[in-house]
Amino acid sequence: MNTMNMRDEPLVYELSRVGRTGCSLPKSDVPEYQVPGDLVREELDLPELDELTVVRHFTRLSQKNFSIDTEFYPLGSCTMKYNPKVNEVAASNPGWKNLHPLVGDEYAQGALELIWRLQEGLREVGGFAAASLQPAAGAHGEFSGVLMIRAALRERGDRARKKMLIPDSAHGTNPASCTMAGFVTQTVPSGQDGNIDMAALRAALDETVAGIMITNPNTLGLFERNIEEICRLVHEAGGYVYGDGANMNALTGVFRPGSSGVDVMHFNLHKTFSTPHGGGGPGAGMVAANETLASYLPGPIAVRHKSGYTLEMPPKSIGRMKAFYGNFGVLVRAYSYLLMTGANGLRRVAENAVLNANYLKSLVEGVYPVPYKRNCMHEFVAKGTVAAGVHTLDIAKRLIDYGFHPPTIYFPLIVQEALMIEPTETESKDTLDLYADALKRIAGEAASQPELLHDAPHGAPVGRLDEVMAARCPILCYRG
Amino acid sequence: MAIDKNARYLESHEYAKPSGEHMIFGISDHAQAELGDVVFVELPAVGKTLSKGAMFGTIESVKAASDLYAPVSGTVVEVNEAVKNDPSLVNKDCYGAGWLIKVAPINASEFSGLLDPAAYGKAIGEE
Amino acid sequence: MPFVPNTDAERAEMLRAVGASSVEELFSDIPEHLHIKGLDLPDGISEIEALNEVDSLAERNVQTKKMDWFLGAGAYYDYIPAAVPALAGRGEFLTAYTPYQPEVSQGTLQAIFEYQSMAAKLLGMSVVNASHYDGATALAEAVLMAWKARDGRNRILLPRELHPEYAQVIETYCTSFDIEFVRYGGAPENAPIDDKTAAIVIAYPNFSGEIYPVKKAADRAHEAGALCIVQADPLMCALMKSPGEQGADIVTAEGQSLGNPLNFGGPYLGIMGTTDALVRRMPGRIVGETKDKNGKRGFVLTLSTREQHIRREKAVSNICSNQGLSMLQTCIYLATLGKQGLREIARQSYDKAHYAAELIGGIPGYSVRSSQFFREFLVETPRAAAQIVRALGQRGIVPGFALSRYYPDRRNELLICVTEMNTRTQIERLAAALREASR
Ligand SMILES: Cc1ncc(COP(=O)(O)O)c(C=O)c1O
Repeated sequence: MNTMNMRDEPLVYELSRVGRTGCSLPKSDVPEYQVPGDLVREELDLPELDELTVVRHFTRLSQKNFSIDTEFYPLGSCTMKYNPKVNEVAASNPGWKNLHPLVGDEYAQGALELIWRLQEGLREVGGFAAASLQPAAGAHGEFSGVLMIRAALRERGDRARKKMLIPDSAHGTNPASCTMAGFVTQTVPSGQDGNIDMAALRAALDETVAGIMITNPNTLGLFERNIEEICRLVHEAGGYVYGDGANMNALTGVFRPGSSGVDVMHFNLHKTFSTPHGGGGPGAGMVAANETLASYLPGPIAVRHKSGYTLEMPPKSIGRMKAFYGNFGVLVRAYSYLLMTGANGLRRVAENAVLNANYLKSLVEGVYPVPYKRNCMHEFVAKGTVAAGVHTLDIAKRLIDYGFHPPTIYFPLIVQEALMIEPTETESKDTLDLYADALKRIAGEAASQPELLHDAPHGAPVGRLDEVMAARCPILCYRG
Repeated sequence: MAIDKNARYLESHEYAKPSGEHMIFGISDHAQAELGDVVFVELPAVGKTLSKGAMFGTIESVKAASDLYAPVSGTVVEVNEAVKNDPSLVNKDCYGAGWLIKVAPINASEFSGLLDPAAYGKAIGEE
Repeated sequence: MPFVPNTDAERAEMLRAVGASSVEELFSDIPEHLHIKGLDLPDGISEIEALNEVDSLAERNVQTKKMDWFLGAGAYYDYIPAAVPALAGRGEFLTAYTPYQPEVSQGTLQAIFEYQSMAAKLLGMSVVNASHYDGATALAEAVLMAWKARDGRNRILLPRELHPEYAQVIETYCTSFDIEFVRYGGAPENAPIDDKTAAIVIAYPNFSGEIYPVKKAADRAHEAGALCIVQADPLMCALMKSPGEQGADIVTAEGQSLGNPLNFGGPYLGIMGTTDALVRRMPGRIVGETKDKNGKRGFVLTLSTREQHIRREKAVSNICSNQGLSMLQTCIYLATLGKQGLREIARQSYDKAHYAAELIGGIPGYSVRSSQFFREFLVETPRAAAQIVRALGQRGIVPGFALSRYYPDRRNELLICVTEMNTRTQIERLAAALREASR
């Protein structure tokens, strides 16, 4: 059983007492000026708390979370690997924190050089010609990449190509990104082996095809064995290949997507390059491209000259994806990680991520059916069909009682009752053994005491929550 | 699953049911069960003209959302305000209090082209 | 490497369990010729060496703290109370992800709910989402949201004085759609709103620091059937009327100045709020209050059918990972400063900026161009503003933003920003240096 903070914690508004404040400010040393009458604000409904109350409140809230620092967190497709503490120290240097984005290139040479080095390093890891660190997350990288494809097609005069192919195992951001770039999506089914159905792909390739978005390894944790053939066919049909790099943790130092024919790709630096997920973000979604598409990258990107570094727009850039230069603080952490892993370390990362996943799979597949009988990459998908009347959701909630964060569930959509498990390389064999034990014991309970699962979790700060009520009568703001 | 004998169906599970000179649209019992607890419905404004097969709204549970398609062409004459305020009516009584919109049909022959109760039963795997 | 725990012996044992003779065998799905020999990168280095390397880069940058700092233009040098990073940096917050499992994510979820509540009240909206990548992307998504909500109308009115990088992001985001952008100057109520207009965007204040009240323009937009989007300075809203109380339908803001360090432009916080009527069209994660099966209060992600993981190509946006930690910093910042503290910071910024404007306006050759402003104002300079910036830089003063960087023909315009971090002495030093620089 885990030890979480089980006490009810009031909301900041409920803790508020008129007249308190949590921060002292210097006395103003200038005269007061009148705010124009028609602009004056009367009411400001913010809480009033002293500093210790704030500290206790948020400390207690933090204790109501599972996190990598406290629990095994094998959330499939999210690469919840250990986030090295030194990255936080590196990123908290005042030379970064107090660096204004518009200070001017000549006053920010250290930052520009870091951006340039990281661009170069990541470009090398992916096997691409150039990279941009503008995108703030994976989905933002996807949006950039499909806009680049759109721009390249338009330059060719190919305005009629509007169809983007999306495998049925793809993450939801892929089709959503296509819509934002004005493409229509067509789903390509997976075959018996969990890879793209090649016959279906061939049939879908017509003169309206703009490209395909491929995740490799895919969200089943399986390597697309026909990746070269897929890229060749799409190129022959006049389209481009987008690579979703969310799963690069399986491949760093082993395989370079750029060499297999992928034209443009994002990496999720918050996954593969170990930056903390922050309860939802920030991420960083570097996008890299081969010679064909590099000039369309979003900008600005860092360029090295004899005299120093500058920020420049690539010649045919799709433009800016956000203000300034990406989630820079995240980039510092990723760079620190890249330095510590290096060529040899990145390969070790992939090897151990893949070994850990296969090992865990071998421990549980006798009990939890694994629909695709192949070696997996960094993650695998099993089914929660261990007893009648028990669902994957119940198993997930019961895992909480054993002190583990549940895996990703009900995704990918093509496997019913899916449990998508990604252990990552930073977990030890002991942890994997304990997790497998828990899963097996839960399968036993599912048969003998299903109510234990249905009522789970038992040891969390709250029980299962009424999501129907939350959505029917939304309370989205404190109404005190 | 209940199949209203007076209604006719689309394979996408919307039904049309005559009500005087008008038609009532809703979703079938099978559809509401598949969807689970309905939390939200979005319906068109009165006066809007729908052609057969056009999207006329969406219906949502916590984890799924389905677009709604018009079984026949018509002009919306009434929207079920009760179901907008209490979407659980769709779960409780999809052929009755949980109806969605009422239309004045434009082409009467479209109705007979829909799946009859037996055919719809077959389509959802019930005899 | 300290981040990979398994020993060679353990790896051998695991391989046996898997039934593979080597790790290479596990990669056998990768075509042989695509296996690489190695990356053209140096091998990994130790923690000490890596830190030294990163630090040596950091030390080559010019820091706000070491100068008299008057540069804003979309990123602000404000104080961050010590409690903010101390609490937000706790591993339980830092190393969790999106709260997909609410029972073991109540910490993150309640904090989001508190942020939503405080930000909504600050902006005067009924709901705020759990963040966009930054203020610029929030505004671009707001434009798309309004355009889709006003079916059949394809015109969006943008202020001429909108932050140029925001305008560029809007252009990128909307490039695939048939949206016509019309730029207007001056007061928004005089903008050409018509029956083709889906929305008017109002910058509150605009890029030159000028504040135009929102109310009249919002009313005019509504009469014409259009929506009113306001891009606001959230700190200004502690002192001046919120966009919500003036009729805005969508409000976006950059939350950086509320508890997030400058960090060379990111991670920042994209804030978006809207009305009850539009909430189901709003992108981004939203947390709602509910109860568990024992009636105990709890929080969950809600209204998710808007989002990509459910709606896929029909989702209102593709956003997935957001700026959760920046949002948490702002949440803790708002709770720490509270009503009095935030007002005081806004008040001091306002007073100091006006004091600075008074001094600078009195220097021969300089004139203050903003009439109503908060903490940032535009000054016409007697010689090229970029030259002044360079000259004062030598003396440890960063006097502001030379507009010529974005607009080559606006050579003699300097945007000066004063925050609570600036002292009277610094302001007077700035004025003296500007006087000297005019000669
Ligand atoms: C396969 C895949 N693609 C894309 C994404 C989107 O990335 P992000 O959340 O960084 O936007 C994710 C993760 O959430 C993912 O798992």
